[in-house]
Amino acid sequence: MRWLLLKDLQILRRSPLIVALLIAYPVILGVLIGFALSGDGSQPRVAFLNQVPVDEGFQIGGDEEGIDRGLAREELCSRVECIDVSTREEAEQMVEDGDVIAALILPEDLLDQLESLASLNPQQPIVEVLVNEDDPVKADLVDDRIQALITEANLILSQRISDEAASYLDLLIEGGSFELPLVGAFDVLGLRSSGEILNAVRADLPPGSEARPALDQVIRFADLAEENLDFALPLLGAIAEPISVEKTVVAGDGSELDSFAIAIAATVTLMFVTVLLVAGSLALEREENAYARITRGTVGVTGLLAEKLLLGVVASVAVTLLLLAALTPLVSIEWSRAPLIVLAIVAGGAAFAAFGAAIGASAREVRASSLLAFMVSLPIAFLSLIPSGTVSGGVFDLIEVGRALFPFDPAINAIEGALDEAGPAVGGALLHCLAIVAAYALIARVALRRFG
Amino acid sequence: MGELTANGRGDGETVISVAAISKAFGDRAALREVSFEAGSGELLAVIGPNGAGKTTLLSILAGILEPDSGSVSAPGDIGWVPQQAGLYRRLTVAENLRLFSRLAEVEEVEATVERMLEQTGLRERRDDQVGRLSGGNQQRVNIAIGLLSAPAVLLLDEPSTGLDPRQRERLWEFVLALAGSGTTVIYSTHHLLEAERYGDRLLVLADGEPIFDGSADQLHAAAPASEGRDFEAAFVRFLRERGH
Repeated sequence: MRWLLLKDLQILRRSPLIVALLIAYPVILGVLIGFALSGDGSQPRVAFLNQVPVDEGFQIGGDEEGIDRGLAREELCSRVECIDVSTREEAEQMVEDGDVIAALILPEDLLDQLESLASLNPQQPIVEVLVNEDDPVKADLVDDRIQALITEANLILSQRISDEAASYLDLLIEGGSFELPLVGAFDVLGLRSSGEILNAVRADLPPGSEARPALDQVIRFADLAEENLDFALPLLGAIAEPISVEKTVVAGDGSELDSFAIAIAATVTLMFVTVLLVAGSLALEREENAYARITRGTVGVTGLLAEKLLLGVVASVAVTLLLLAALTPLVSIEWSRAPLIVLAIVAGGAAFAAFGAAIGASAREVRASSLLAFMVSLPIAFLSLIPSGTVSGGVFDLIEVGRALFPFDPAINAIEGALDEAGPAVGGALLHCLAIVAAYALIARVALRRFG
Repeated sequence: MGELTANGRGDGETVISVAAISKAFGDRAALREVSFEAGSGELLAVIGPNGAGKTTLLSILAGILEPDSGSVSAPGDIGWVPQQAGLYRRLTVAENLRLFSRLAEVEEVEATVERMLEQTGLRERRDDQVGRLSGGNQQRVNIAIGLLSAPAVLLLDEPSTGLDPRQRERLWEFVLALAGSGTTVIYSTHHLLEAERYGDRLLVLADGEPIFDGSADQLHAAAPASEGRDFEAAFVRFLRERGH
């Protein structure tokens, strides 16, 4: 078998284009993914035009920590990368050119409108969003991002306003000092102090005083008002944030996005390189008319199949380690887990190699096997990346069956688990890969019966 | 080329014995009860119309196909040379010979490679990739690989297909030399002149059935009489008379 493996490597060495592709593909893929992961690409770019005057601030009631121009920018730009622009035309141009996904324009009178929310004549503040909907997917993304931003801004304002309302209520209950523009500072007695004063006055009244019933009514009102306004304070808090979220992970793992992305890159590389190489190499035995000559000797059909699987595993390990090496300067890879990583690559590579052997044995021609490998592998890879909850339950069940039958899912799980301790269980994924190897090797063995 | 003729070899000991082999592919019978023997150094030509079962017979003798019934007995190795050269075009002549020597578990690989390069006259082309050789030279390498284990019987499936007359002449010089050294050669061919000229014996198959086993002269004699001695015409009359 080793002579056949050496022969395949010799043939590979004499195909400079294939060797160049085998080396360049993982390196280029690795560098591209590395840049994508190491950059700030996770936050979309939004042009930000702030027309609020520089020195203008806004306070609700007597709150000293008001909202000013800087805070508004800080809050709005916490989830997107804000690109400051100075004119509306500049913002429009950037959106049109696709330099940003949208432009957010804060009008000059935004703070006045916000301030009016706490007055008797509230006006709804309006911010303007410019978008470029040339791409429906991007349009959806922009809508979601902007909606999330506005919801967050509304939540912050609601909290501020309800905090302010709560402080008013507290002043009404407990009493204290209050300051209004133009009017100046003045004392507020408060319901509790009012009740105490009224009780003292009532005690000084003669028992048959005609003022007692009326005074009792006022005292009851003060008590009731104090008690009920006390209840109103937590209610205001609930209005400010009606729903709070408590997240519990009941399934899946908490692995890092980086590990998942690296696992995808490695698995896609494994898939293309191994499936195409093994399918093509097996089909080549027939095209060269060497298949019958080899298998009638000591090697046999099973020996030839084993050699092709070995070729696939050797190529998998070499190419995937090359990809991870190319990624290392750009993202963090735990090389202390190298033995597990190599084991996962071997298992994933063997699974893809068996899959490739089944394709090569079925197609019987190099071109047909390459075409079939692409046509079958790509949809499987896409299916394996569909997250749960994005399609109906029945469809997802079917997808799960498909994932279990093809090598992409167990390979990605094995590699992700090997890269990241918090990733999927490696043991189960390795066993799944072994089952895939056995199943597809059997299919290939049966298909080879009509190969000669 | 005219002086290359069968020389009456085949009087040696029996090296291959075929007993009543039959093979069917689905409902179609490819071979029916084919039996024959061949002696050491004998040249046996297997001829017949397309679909007669020639390649199936040679594939069974080579061990590539299993017969449905019957048996093949050969004490020594059987070398097999497929119709289309079973070679790796990106490997050199020497690398191909070395690879197949190792797969055939030949004891002295390098010595065997050198011997075959000498025997095929390809020593100077040893480092050329097979894909760059002419069809005739590729066929020489193809035959050399069949001879790597020094087999007692060599099976040649349509060995001269695709070769020009000069290449064919060289090929048969080579094959006659092999037979002269004691190797039994069983070959299938569409070229009836090659069967008549080089075959010590002819085995005629039609629809998988053996309908003649004897010399070219005997086949002439068995065919309905006609004017002249045209072997091809005699063969066609022979088949027609037997309903094929």
